[in-house]
Amino acid sequence: MLKRATFILTFVVSLAILAGSALAAPPIKIGGLFAVTGPASFLGEPERNTAQMVVSEINASGGIKGRKLELIVYDTQGDATKAVQAANRLIKDDKVSAIIGPSTTGDTMAVIPVAEKAQIPLISCAAGSKITDPVKKWVFKTAQNDGLAVAKIYENLKRKKIAKVAILTVSDGFGSSGREQLKAQAAAHGMQIVSDDTYGPKDTDMTAQLTKIRGSGAQAVICWGTNPGPAVIARNAKQLGLKLPLYMSHGVSSKKFIELAGDASEGIVLPSGRVIVADLLPNSDRQKKSLIAFVKDYQKHYNAEGDHFGGHAWDALMLLKGAIERGSDNPAAIRNQLERTRNFAGIGGVFTYSPNDHAGLAKDAFVLVEIRKRDFALVK
Amino acid sequence: MMDKRSLLKHEAVKFIPFALLILALPMAFREGYLLNVFVFVGIHTLLAVALNLLLGYAGQISLGQAAFFGLGAYGSGILTATHGLNPWLAMVLVAAAVGVLAFLIGFPILKLKGHYLAMATLGFGIIVYIVFNEAVDVTGGPSGLSGIPNLAVGGITFDSDFKNYYLIWGITLLTILLSLNLVNSRIGRGLRAIHDSEVAARVMGVNVRLLKVQIFALSAVISSVAGSLYAYTMTFVSPTSFGFNFSVELVTMVIIGGLGSIYGSFLGAALLTLLPEFLRAFQDYDIVVYGFLLIFMTMYMPGGLVRGIPALVGRIAERIGIRKKVDA
Repeated sequence: MLKRATFILTFVVSLAILAGSALAAPPIKIGGLFAVTGPASFLGEPERNTAQMVVSEINASGGIKGRKLELIVYDTQGDATKAVQAANRLIKDDKVSAIIGPSTTGDTMAVIPVAEKAQIPLISCAAGSKITDPVKKWVFKTAQNDGLAVAKIYENLKRKKIAKVAILTVSDGFGSSGREQLKAQAAAHGMQIVSDDTYGPKDTDMTAQLTKIRGSGAQAVICWGTNPGPAVIARNAKQLGLKLPLYMSHGVSSKKFIELAGDASEGIVLPSGRVIVADLLPNSDRQKKSLIAFVKDYQKHYNAEGDHFGGHAWDALMLLKGAIERGSDNPAAIRNQLERTRNFAGIGGVFTYSPNDHAGLAKDAFVLVEIRKRDFALVK
Repeated sequence: MMDKRSLLKHEAVKFIPFALLILALPMAFREGYLLNVFVFVGIHTLLAVALNLLLGYAGQISLGQAAFFGLGAYGSGILTATHGLNPWLAMVLVAAAVGVLAFLIGFPILKLKGHYLAMATLGFGIIVYIVFNEAVDVTGGPSGLSGIPNLAVGGITFDSDFKNYYLIWGITLLTILLSLNLVNSRIGRGLRAIHDSEVAARVMGVNVRLLKVQIFALSAVISSVAGSLYAYTMTFVSPTSFGFNFSVELVTMVIIGGLGSIYGSFLGAALLTLLPEFLRAFQDYDIVVYGFLLIFMTMYMPGGLVRGIPALVGRIAERIGIRKKVDA
């Protein structure tokens, strides 16, 4: 008798659970493609960490319109073939509503035909201006265009009445995009490039290039690269006693660069997203609230400083959240709402997308910072 | 030695079921992403077969195969996307050019043996990779070259995984057939003679120097065709797909699959392409598991999967047989 009662009870309870889970709306699936391993892991890792952090926080506070988010992340290893396979898997098997990433311009360009064909919105975390120029219907991006950083540097040089510059760029995607922009914008800002050199991503000594620059008559040096190359250049310049002002790109805007370059970093000027100077910003700054929230959160979850790479993923997810809140989780609705995003103050800048602009940022996405006493200071 | 007819029968018994299996495979997953992965298995099989002819049969190592693959991909990409050439014509022109290039560099390079040959081919691979990366005006540099068209025949454009599967596997099966024919011919016996002893081969009247260069060039041409197919399938190429790592991956495919076995090349290519997809379940530890599996396979299946799997099956069957006896 008791046995029978237990059986009925179990049956009823399990039926109730089943009904309950059927009533709760299924989660909204979002795909993430990040170069977590491989040469671009310095981008992919903070991006993945940030994405997971943001999703768990959105879910903890009740999800979007009562539905939880489910983030499915695949590692592209910075390889175009793997990125395409992973994108196919996200779209065809996992049936995601939108994809954030990939981390690099190369991976993104490879994935674009897949996303466009399947009509799934893609929010890239890579910087290359090719991604959204020309505009592709389903593709958006959150990382600042390199051209904006170049403009910031040239304006500062102009103010200092410097017209002859030497450029030294790394021979990878980041460096070649920077070099292209530096050359393209020089004339418009009245700059003359008197020396144009490159270095390999793994080079450990750049004295040859710097010696050549010393003899070129340049009044300033602009170096475009990601760690550790620029730190080597800063050290070499100091060893050579090169007195020219040294400009770096936003590729080194983290404390890591100061650690690597040591005292040689003193006085270096670079354009940067606001995240490294979040607490120095005036309270009137529109991004300040988002920036402080992101930095604090990242510190809490990963015990490390949030950088602007993680910020790209933060922006992508928050833009997506906004779009789903305003519309639905249908891919076409997400795309339409993304395009209608106005004045969203994120980590990379204040985003305003439109049918002709899927990059969404203006020149003020960057601020110029100078390294003083092993810390960043705002250049007024 | 087998006479011609029984040899033909022997190969047909293996090839026909294999080809039928491959052709029937898409029915199993329809339009899922695994079909997309199997398209890449086809391209990798083509590359592994090409390398196996050189490494498995002639015994000549090449750590620069990714360069020929990349030259095919970039050549076709540039000719079609930048210069608007017909994709089929571009594929043939590029394959011919790569063949001539391999023929020319083959003469000096293939005089080297063992580690020195490995070094020379490695150097070639790295030079080509650097050109892809640095010649920004031509190749698009590190952020790649996009806008490459799909192949088309008559009214059919090969723009879906389903169509590309049959296109690529059609070419791959044809290449396998030609390779089987080659290795069972006088040339194949010549290659194996070179593998065992170059001096002995020369004594037997094999033109060792020419034959080595010819097989090197053939291997390059097949790799170039694979590269073109890759470019037309992806409609995008970037340098990271053609680096040193990929050359090593190809050598691994050939060795894991089984040196000197055309079907082994398929097994190796399939395993190395599919395994990472299934290991994603291990999340962050997938690379560790992958590494261990490769170590175990080379330790316990030194002849490659093509010889190791039948041996393993045999051993298991034997053990079950013994158990049955004990039970009874």
